[in-house]
Amino acid sequence: MELETLLLSRIQFAANISFHILFPTITIALGWVLLFFKLRYNRTGEERWMEAYRFWVKIFALSFAMGVVSGITMSFQFGTNWPGFMEKVGNIAGPLLAYEIMTAFFLEAVFLGIMLFGFSRVPNWVHTMATFLVAFGTLMSAFWIIVLNSWMHTPQGFEMIDGVAHATDWSAIIFNPSMPYRFTHMVLASFLTVSFLIAGISAFRWLIGGKTEGVRVALKTAIVAAALLIPVQILVGDFHGLNTKEYQPAKVAAMEGNWETGTGVPLILFAIPDEEARENKFEIGIPKLASFILTHDWNGEVKGLNDFVTDDGEVLHPRVSPVFWSFRVMVGTGLLMLLVSWTATYMIMRRKRGVEGLPKPMLYALVGMSFSGWLATLAGWYTTEIGRQPWLVHGVMSTKEAVADVPAPLVLSTLIAYLVVYAALLAAYIFVIFYLARKAAKGESIGTRIAPTPAAAPRPMPAE
Amino acid sequence: MYYFGDPTIWLPFVFAGLMGASILIYVVLDGFDLGVGVLFPFANDDEKDRMIASIGPFWDANETWLVLAVGLLLVAFPSAHGAILTALYLPVAIMLIGLILRGVAFEFRAKAPAPHKRLWNNAFFAGSLMTSLSQGFMLGMYVMGLEWTWLNFAFALLTAVFLTVGYSFIGATWVIHKTSAALQIKAVDWAKGGIWGLILGIGAVSLATPFVSTRIFDKWFSWPEALYLVPLPILSALLVYWLWAMLRKMPYPEDRRSWQPFAAATALWVMAFGGMAYSFYPYVVPEQITIYEAASAPESLFIILIGTCVVLPTIMAYTVMSYFIFRGKATELRYD
Repeated sequence: MELETLLLSRIQFAANISFHILFPTITIALGWVLLFFKLRYNRTGEERWMEAYRFWVKIFALSFAMGVVSGITMSFQFGTNWPGFMEKVGNIAGPLLAYEIMTAFFLEAVFLGIMLFGFSRVPNWVHTMATFLVAFGTLMSAFWIIVLNSWMHTPQGFEMIDGVAHATDWSAIIFNPSMPYRFTHMVLASFLTVSFLIAGISAFRWLIGGKTEGVRVALKTAIVAAALLIPVQILVGDFHGLNTKEYQPAKVAAMEGNWETGTGVPLILFAIPDEEARENKFEIGIPKLASFILTHDWNGEVKGLNDFVTDDGEVLHPRVSPVFWSFRVMVGTGLLMLLVSWTATYMIMRRKRGVEGLPKPMLYALVGMSFSGWLATLAGWYTTEIGRQPWLVHGVMSTKEAVADVPAPLVLSTLIAYLVVYAALLAAYIFVIFYLARKAAKGESIGTRIAPTPAAAPRPMPAE
Repeated sequence: MYYFGDPTIWLPFVFAGLMGASILIYVVLDGFDLGVGVLFPFANDDEKDRMIASIGPFWDANETWLVLAVGLLLVAFPSAHGAILTALYLPVAIMLIGLILRGVAFEFRAKAPAPHKRLWNNAFFAGSLMTSLSQGFMLGMYVMGLEWTWLNFAFALLTAVFLTVGYSFIGATWVIHKTSAALQIKAVDWAKGGIWGLILGIGAVSLATPFVSTRIFDKWFSWPEALYLVPLPILSALLVYWLWAMLRKMPYPEDRRSWQPFAAATALWVMAFGGMAYSFYPYVVPEQITIYEAASAPESLFIILIGTCVVLPTIMAYTVMSYFIFRGKATELRYD
């Protein structure tokens, strides 16, 4: 019974946070992209930048709403399902969450109204400022959340008094060892997600005949941005991995599928990890490469999973398969992004043909990659979060310590309800994005938020 | 940190005050936009658009007050947060799903193809209704001490209905302020039809609380405290009378006084809330955990307080700015 509650609560939290992260991943970067469009418009006065702005601000509004409502759910989940977390580390998690709400959440929420509907109501510079503040708020929000999440991976700057964590050094807590890597990695992931989304949807519009100037600049900007960012992301990911090896070696061992500590460890490309036998089946690897990547020495020593089993048989490493596979999905998607974005950039640059230089198969490939950022981001988060298990706060509290004593059937019923709602909303979200793209390609106005009403009622003007 | 005496006394008190203020601001602000959602089935398609336009620029920020309120409960009183939310597991989940539905319906109804608009209108209504009912239910359970007995359950069902009608009332007063002509006249009728929810809701909670615990009974009916508290019910009664008299004559020529029903409704909420806060203090989980027992470590509260002192006035300022920019009657919302 208790075990079922734990498992179901974990699945529910995973479902909630997986659904939630999809939308911040878009808004964190899309806010800055919109600001870029707006600034280009301010500078050049070219209508095409504003055309791109107007289309993407709608996707932003939609994503933002999805992010807000699923974020509210997150803030309640701590209390309904994981009360032990706040009771034990609330003195540290609390202020970080409070700062997130106060400095970021409100900033975004209030200025979003002006950003979306204020263009004709406020001076242009106020509207630009509102766009900036929304983008800035979203980034701040990501910062505080990543600080807390990173602290759960690499906790420091606190002392335990009567089983409760008390903060001793706030700068150590905020700038904990994994924070800079995780934050950079996530922000870049967001920019890549948005680049591929914009590229994919613009390619879709281009394919169905909406060849406007706005689509042209959006497509080109997105492809070039993706091509520039992906190598940086791969490099940052590598640094992040080295940082993880230092602080959470069990996670890296699971990512690599490496059971035994040894020197000259191979990089495993494919394997089916067997948790019972504690070995890999069907292993295909490149000799010594894992040692080289992780220690920069062909014969360097790499810790294996068997080092994280205590003498009385307690397993202190995560389940291997999910971590092993999530990691490969993330890396694989990243490599595919590299291939597609560089090829597309080459096609654009070649003889300066611009967007016209993209052949149909490449446009289709871009459409297919529209949501590739989501896949890579989720796979990355699964790698790091499942990789933290069995800990909730690494070395401080285990996940099972924190779970609420709610009957399993109750958790199951809410879990099913959430899953149904999320599946429906996700389908609606993707449908509406493509619907808006089709509508825009046909040249229909999507400028108004509500249908313009005929003069059924005299329409009073705002009291100016 | 020791400037104002013992920080383990004044910090929890300050945070209880901040949390109370956030909840109060939330029930007024999100109360009106939830109420507008509850009133949705009574409006025709044109009116629905205009009602949405009247809350469109604000709802995001309105709901953020709920996040702040539950966030403050979470960070300042962690053990109470766990106790309250696990006891209210199911209504919380229903509320969250309601909030999700109505929040996304705002966006979808404007962007989805026309035939789907009806579906999203329904989602907006259903989400608003679920949210209001579950909040009212939670209010009832909280007042009765979070014990799942049949009596408490029945009482909570009652408060669920009252709060929902109460929200529809404050929503109607918002529509009166933000619209004109036929819709405004309709909204006056809605307000007249909804005011009883507010009155019965406040009445039920006021009557029930003293009987839940002798401690609260003594707080209200012992001398001389009773004397200081007399203005609260009297003022509330006067407000209700004033509201009713005003609604009967609405709308006034040239739209005079259209903001007053909303202001009066807000004042009523403030008083009802003040009365409740007085009853329950110093408990955060009724009759079980006081704010002093549940509070986080003073050094953590202090670091949040510093931020709050800077940030809260700023939030207030730009909230007021946003309401100012979008003042006046609701015109259609345009992205450009």
